[in-house]
Formats: sequence, C-alpha cells, structure tokens
Amino acid sequence: MAATGDSAAGHRLNLDPNEFGTTSESSASVETLEQILPRMKVAIPGVTFEVVPNSAPGAEPSWLVDREHALSAAFFLRDDSTLRLDYCSNVTGVDWPERTIKVKVRKGEPGAEKEVEETRVVPGYLEVVYHLYSMAAKHGPVVLRVRTPGRGNDVSLPSLTPVWRSCELQEREVYDLFGVHFENHPDLRRLLMWEGFKDHPMRKDYVPPDDYEYEPTPHDEILEKAQARLARREASS
Amino acid sequence: MPSHGGATAKVPTEAGAPRGPDAYRLTAGDNEYDDGSLLEISMGPQHPSTHGVFRMDVVLDGETVVKLKPVFGYLHRNHEKIAESASYLAAMPYTDRLDYFCSLTNNWAYALAVEKLAGLQVPERAEFLRVITAELTRLQNHVCLAGFLMQDMGASGTPLMYGFREREKILDLFEALTGARMMCNYMRFGGCRCDTPPGWLEEVRKVVDRFPRFLDEFENLLSSNEILMARTQGIGVLTRDLAINAGITGPVLRSCGVDYDLRKVDGYGLYPKFQFRVPLGDHGDTYDRYMMRILEMRESLGILRQALDAIPEGPILDPKSKLRGFRPKPGEAYGRIEAPKGELGFYLISDGSPNPYRYRIRPPSLINLTVLEDLCLGHNVADTVTILGSIDIVLGEVDR
Repeated sequence: MAATGDSAAGHRLNLDPNEFGTTSESSASVETLEQILPRMKVAIPGVTFEVVPNSAPGAEPSWLVDREHALSAAFFLRDDSTLRLDYCSNVTGVDWPERTIKVKVRKGEPGAEKEVEETRVVPGYLEVVYHLYSMAAKHGPVVLRVRTPGRGNDVSLPSLTPVWRSCELQEREVYDLFGVHFENHPDLRRLLMWEGFKDHPMRKDYVPPDDYEYEPTPHDEILEKAQARLARREASS
Repeated sequence: MPSHGGATAKVPTEAGAPRGPDAYRLTAGDNEYDDGSLLEISMGPQHPSTHGVFRMDVVLDGETVVKLKPVFGYLHRNHEKIAESASYLAAMPYTDRLDYFCSLTNNWAYALAVEKLAGLQVPERAEFLRVITAELTRLQNHVCLAGFLMQDMGASGTPLMYGFREREKILDLFEALTGARMMCNYMRFGGCRCDTPPGWLEEVRKVVDRFPRFLDEFENLLSSNEILMARTQGIGVLTRDLAINAGITGPVLRSCGVDYDLRKVDGYGLYPKFQFRVPLGDHGDTYDRYMMRILEMRESLGILRQALDAIPEGPILDPKSKLRGFRPKPGEAYGRIEAPKGELGFYLISDGSPNPYRYRIRPPSLINLTVLEDLCLGHNVADTVTILGSIDIVLGEVDR
C-alpha cells in the first residue's frame, strides 16, 4: 500500500495508477444454455438441465439441474474455462406447497378440437436457488435451481459448500428456516433459530407457536389459545 | 402438545442434526483438546467490541486462538417472513432496520430489485438523489468504521468521536431531506419519496468541501501511527482465492486485490457516468482493510462533487409506479448494489399478488463472516477484536 494522505485537494490522489481497478463498465453476457449443454453432457453423462422461464422484464431465466448431478454440475460451472463462475453470491430456499393449476388442453376428435380447461395437481417441493457470478470474467448471473422430491421433514440435497465456501452459512440458514438437509455439509446446524427449535419458520404452512417461552405460561389466555388450536388441528386431521 | 420449541425444548437434540446439545461447546468430546491446557471462552453477546449482540466461541491456547465459531441469531426477527406477509411497499421501512447505519443503501437495493421485477424506470433527478444519498451513506459508514476500529485497539473515544462528529453533519443532511436521521425510508419503486428542501444541495456541498480537511487530519494522526501499524499490519491476512471462494464482497474483498466493485461491474444507477477509481489492496490484512475505507471515502467525495455539479431539475418518481395496489406480474428478480459493507442483494419472487411470494436478502455482513475463523487462527485474542472490527458487521443485517 502506497496510500498517503493528500493535502488540500483531497479527491485527487497522487497514487500509483496500478493500484486502482480498471474494471470494465458493464457486465458481459453469459453463454446460453444451448451453447453450454453439449460440453456439459460430455463432462457429466446423464445430467438433465432445463431452462425455467422467468416472465419478469429484464430478469434472467434460471437453470434447473437434477439433484443427483447437482454437485458435479456445480464443479463444472466453476471450473469450465469460459464460464468460470467462481463466485456464488446468493443461496436461498423457496417453498412450493402442493398446488392446483388450470391448464388449457385441446381435446376432442381430430378436426373438431375444443379448448378445455383442466385442473392439475402439482406436487409440493422445496427448491434451493443459487445465484452465480464470475469475478474472473465479470459476467453473470447464472441462476441455478435444485429441487427436492417432496416437502417432508427429511428431504435432502447435495451441499455445494465444497464448491463455493460462501454457501456454508447460507445453506445453514436454508436448513434452519426451510428444513432442507444438505448432504456433506461440514457443519449443518441451525443458524438463526436456537438449537432445539422444532419447526422451520419460512415454510408456507408454518404456524407460529402460541407462546415462545420455554415453559408454557399457566396463563388463562394462552392456555385457551393453545387448546383452541389443538382442537382445530384435531378436527382437521 | 403443539410442535414448537416449547415444553419439549429442554432436550435440544434434534433428529437429523449432526451434532447434539454439545454443538456449541468446542472443547467437549474433542480428543485433541482434552489435555486441559486449552481454555474455551465465550466472547459476547454483551462484549462491547462485538458491535452488537454477536458471540464468538473461542478456544485459546494461552493467548493464541486455536478455534473460533461465530454464533448468530440474537437479533433474529425473521424479517423475510414479515415482508412476505405484507405488501411490497410495507417492507421498505423494514429495510432501514437491516443495516441501521446505512438505511439509504438498503432502500436502494430493495427498490432496485422491485424495479427490475416490475420493469419501472427511474427519472434522472431521482437517480442523482440516489447516488448522492448513497455516497453520503458510504462516507458516514466508513468514517465510523475507522473510529470503531481505533476504539477496538484501545484508542478510547477520541478517534471515534471525531468520526461521529463528521457523521453527525451527514445525519443532519439526511434529516433535512427525509425527516429521519437513521431510519430514512426514503426511496420508492421508480424514484424517491420527496424532493430536496430549498438549499439542501448547497448544504451538501459545504459538507463535501469540508470533508477532505477532516480526512487529511484524521490520516495524519492515524494512518502512520505506530500502534495502529503494529496492531494491524500482517494481522488477519485474507488470501485472494479464499476471498473469492467464500463470497467476500466490498472493501474486504478489494483489500486482497480483487478488482470487483458492483458500481463498475453492474453499472447500476448512474454510476457509469461518473469518474471514479476503485482502490485495491496488496496484502489483505487489517491495515489494508482500514486503508480501503479511507481511499473509498476520497473517491466518494469525487463522485459527490460530480453529482452536485450535474444534478438536473425534473420529476423524482416514475408516473407508472403505484404506491397503492402495486402488483407486479409473476416472475422473479435479483437486484444487487455495492453497499458500504459489500454486495447487498434482494431476491424477489412475485406470484401476481400484492405480497411478495419470496423475499430474500443477501446480507454482506453475514457472508463476510464466513472467513472469520480463518482470519483469526494463530493470532492473539486481542487481534480477533480488531479483525472483527475491520470486517465491518452490523447485527441487524447479520441476524435479520
């Protein structure tokens, strides 16, 4: 560091220009999936990679990878010589409960087809989203998604912490708040909630407890609330 | 019983958790530490140098740190869940409380993500106001950081009060503009909440013009101070590869020589129009991290001067933006800015309803703590305090 305090003109620095960045003014664009997929299929046989469209204006689509090949796909994305996605910025979970959607299907005899609305049930799943950038090539983002088979209490995904260490605390947070277990994570503990907390608060069907105290308070109002809730739960199950 | 952490929580063993109730105890059961010569201490959450309710479990061999685990969550209020149950605009005041030193940059990051999600344009005057307020925020954050760092080293009070004196002038400007000193709640989707009061820009110029003199004085007193150099140079060295792999951003990243500043890389807002340079460090030690802040302040002053010269008249809010009944179309967006502490990002998923379906904050303070143990190992316990101070965290953002 050759930095020294400058006198009157504080904004004009008499520093070696080599000490300052020469970053280009805007991000370069990343290759599309069609360009990458052939290379990837050679490197990782059997990988399935598909584009999840995104209808927001000016926002990027994301890539869905199957969970068996997620770890090797992540290594490929990091180490590929043109992609060089060396920086994993953001890791987060998304909860998608089971939902029914309406799909328009063409039905009927050939020639006299009619558009019919059908309802379909999409099974619920948990999703982990990774936002990847390249500090070396200064491009990005590549949005990588991995999905769990269901949304039970023991769903698991491969941890990407061996690839990017920035996932370490963020995957702990996803485990804490969403309940996704990450295989081969070095230190999978709750991050924000206390040890021994039972539920996963960011799930959409989470019901907050009547009382956060460790000992249930023998207070009429709280006991009434708890009993009413238990009765509701029994009635619904 | 309802399945919450209630009556059953006295046995904190959880199915699936890799470690049981001893998870926070570093020495118990670890054979390599069993000879009794090591001491496990808990620094925090009330330790004055942890800048809030932050705790480190430290294992010491004499004075030397051999293991360190940060413990989070004392300030957790599940901000993300609160925001998902309210409208888009209702989350804006909550973003002030994330990094409460820098509420205006938090506002900007959230507004940027929503604008990307909904496709809103920002008028030029509003963009200028955003740049001015964000750079003022950077100034007051960095000047306080330098003061706190000295405080951590034992320079009790005086440098910190010098920093606070300058910060107070900037907070007065914020109060005149937004009505609040810290919880500004200033930006809106597609612009800003209100225009400048009469004479505000001249006041900003006065503060900006006086600031270099303070900075020179501060540097003359401190940057070549023997104690500062002895306590920071070569301490807590962060290597370039580890910094990139661990997702470190902001001045901490640039102190190890990685040229990555989102104002240049993404060119969000009006930053491509401004002339400024990105300071880079050589060694990645605590001294470089301190120096990055000083150099960034000088660059910020340059940006402020250019912005004050060029700010046009005009509207400050996109006429298409709606304060009430705002429903973005289904989709998702990730917006990020260069906040004073690093990359602050907001990831939003809209399902077409007035509430965000998913609202996620990428907190630079939390992710920069990934390498805390790597930086502290082998140093004295007193150095962990300066290393933590030089990383620059705010617990409102770490725990959310």
